[in-house]
Amino acid sequence: MLGEGIIKGMVETARNFFGSYHDPARFVTIQYPEQRVPLKENNRNFPFLVFDGADTEKGLRCVACKICEKECPPQCIYIVPERDAHGKLQKHPKIFDIDISTCMSCQICVEVCPFDAIKMDQEFELSTGDRFSNLLLHKQDLAKPNDYYHKIHPTEATLVDAQLAKERQLAAQRKAGAGAAPASPPKHAPEKLVPVG
Amino acid sequence: MTFMAMITCLPHMLLLANPDEWLVRLKQTIVHWLPGPWQFVISSLITIAVLIAVFGALFAVATLIERKGLGRIQNRPGPNRVGPYGVLQPMADAVKMLIKEDVVPRAADRVVHFLAPLVLVAPVMLAFSVIPYGQGLVPINLDAGVLFFFAVGAASELAVFMAGWSGHNKYSLLGAMRAIAQMISYEIPLVLSTVTVVMMVGSLSLVQIVAAQGGYWWGVIPRWNIFAPWGLAGFVVFMIAAIAESNRSPFDLPEGESEIIAGFLTEYSGFKYAVFFMGEYFGMFAISGLAITLFLGGWHAPLPYLGWVPSFLWFFGKLFIFLFVFIWLRGTLPRLRMDQLMNYAWKCLLPLALINIGVAVIWRFTAGWPGPLRWLVCALLIVLAFVWLEKTWMKSRELKPRTYHYAS
Amino acid sequence: MQAAFFIIAALIVIGGLAAMLVRKLVHAVLWLMVTLASLAALFLLLGAQFVGFAQILVYVGAVAILIVFAILLTRNSEWAKAGRLASPSWLVGVGIAGLATGCLIASILASSIPPGVPVPPAASVADIGQKLMTEYVLPLEAVGLLLTAAMIGAVIIAMPEDKRG
Repeated sequence: MLGEGIIKGMVETARNFFGSYHDPARFVTIQYPEQRVPLKENNRNFPFLVFDGADTEKGLRCVACKICEKECPPQCIYIVPERDAHGKLQKHPKIFDIDISTCMSCQICVEVCPFDAIKMDQEFELSTGDRFSNLLLHKQDLAKPNDYYHKIHPTEATLVDAQLAKERQLAAQRKAGAGAAPASPPKHAPEKLVPVG
Repeated sequence: MTFMAMITCLPHMLLLANPDEWLVRLKQTIVHWLPGPWQFVISSLITIAVLIAVFGALFAVATLIERKGLGRIQNRPGPNRVGPYGVLQPMADAVKMLIKEDVVPRAADRVVHFLAPLVLVAPVMLAFSVIPYGQGLVPINLDAGVLFFFAVGAASELAVFMAGWSGHNKYSLLGAMRAIAQMISYEIPLVLSTVTVVMMVGSLSLVQIVAAQGGYWWGVIPRWNIFAPWGLAGFVVFMIAAIAESNRSPFDLPEGESEIIAGFLTEYSGFKYAVFFMGEYFGMFAISGLAITLFLGGWHAPLPYLGWVPSFLWFFGKLFIFLFVFIWLRGTLPRLRMDQLMNYAWKCLLPLALINIGVAVIWRFTAGWPGPLRWLVCALLIVLAFVWLEKTWMKSRELKPRTYHYAS
Repeated sequence: MQAAFFIIAALIVIGGLAAMLVRKLVHAVLWLMVTLASLAALFLLLGAQFVGFAQILVYVGAVAILIVFAILLTRNSEWAKAGRLASPSWLVGVGIAGLATGCLIASILASSIPPGVPVPPAASVADIGQKLMTEYVLPLEAVGLLLTAAMIGAVIIAMPEDKRG
């Protein structure tokens, strides 16, 4: 019949209207700043730097090898390595900046890092009144403890810790049997971490 | 009557009289204190001020209800940040509209661009002046009230054209052309469905049309026009045409943002846009008020023992129901296509309205028949017409290879 | 009353002159609308409600839109062409204008209403309705039939043309 579809549609919208007052399934809005949905473990947006221990500077895993800087497609990473008094390169970044206004959250820096020093963060409330200086994150903004990494990505962090422990153990063995034949492969192949979601 | 006497008898007048009358009497009392030549002017100004205040407030409430209602229909809460439950949202909207920059395109025709919103709102405000809001509450009781209503309504087409043309923007112009074509097409079924009521009542005066709908059949069913078969069909045709006249969804393709940005409103911003917005809502109220007056018994109570409620409350209650239905329809139906819109007006509504006039004639000349028989015969005629229209309408909708008459 | 008449009359004259003199066609139409709407106001001032409303409904509502559509759909109205305001055939125009003015003046002079005496409005809407339904019912029906036929004809023209192939 002509007009049947209109009546059906109106019944449906009426059910939506009244259902939104008593049926939680029809009223799914989360009042964001007051209510929050817990983030999924695999949620990620911008990179941060992991440090071990308590000291932000000393504990940084980053050795300023600049691989991530070279690989970064939008070139949002800027690294200057530390140098000692003689001008010798140190395994430590002096400057480590990420311009999150340019970063596209591709995670390539995380994939290429041989030292598991850079990981993806879950922080998303980054809006600011100054889009030039406040969106350029410096080393002290980026450095976050390993505990934080465990908090946001527990599965992945556990895998990474196990991997690092194994490597450290291998390195210690190598140091112990220094005169003997090189037992283990010296190079570190970053294993693909398969995060469990 | 001295001043003191006025003061002493004022509560007496207010309490003892009919609740509708005391509004009128209050105005008369205020006006009475004034010197003679000013009485007419002040009386008119009070009426105008009340009209603007009431409908302005109704506009604010309507925008809020619309946003909340649409939200609920779409399973979301709607605006809820400004004030408790978001009730102050209209104020926030108004402030935002007022402080926005008023952008006029460089190529625009500035004078026409400025005049268009005024030309839209002024006639709609005029249309408010003939609607009877309650017993004795009609700003102007014109003999040709219906004609006046449609006459001033016709000016809004000119306003739409001015708005669309002055921007020198192709989307504005396209939107204006669409809107005018739509308004002209739907004005015909609108007027034709009104004609039935005018024929039955025998008057163009809205006050008399309401008065003719007083009383109850068997003491229960009100004698509203909608309860007659021709009234029901006329009401349906009238409402469909009214939605199209007020450019509301699903007939809002003059403003179809997915195709032509915002139609004739494209080049408007800030306060002028707000005025246009207000004009559209006012148009919706005015045409709903006319529908209530013509078919739903105006300010008459739906049941006999509810007569003690002030009559203007019935009018505005019915107006709110109309508002809800408008919002409900907007939340439900997708926008029509231009050719569907035109086909619908000319091939469906127009024949139905013409047949309805014929049925009204039959109703008129079968006054001696027993009530139910008369009702059934007339209803059957309308249903038959509807079925016939549906057949032809559905047939023309069958899919077939498209033919291009002018491009081949 | 007199002041109102002079304001409305001035609007009619200004609108009419401007409609002739402005360059942009759309502006000319809008000025014409000012004239027609003021004319309606004049009718209302004289107490002729029905004629006044019909004037607005027909001229402002329908004729204006018809002219607007005709202008917009037929020619480029955006830019006024530079050139002389008067057309070469102005002699004909002057002739027609003179003829029309002469007719109007002649009929005003020949009218039987005594000058200077205001005539109270006699015809209410109900009276007009009565007259149309009794005395002038045949012309009314003829016009109504014609218009309905025109409307149905328009619908039939717009119907899908299946037979054409």
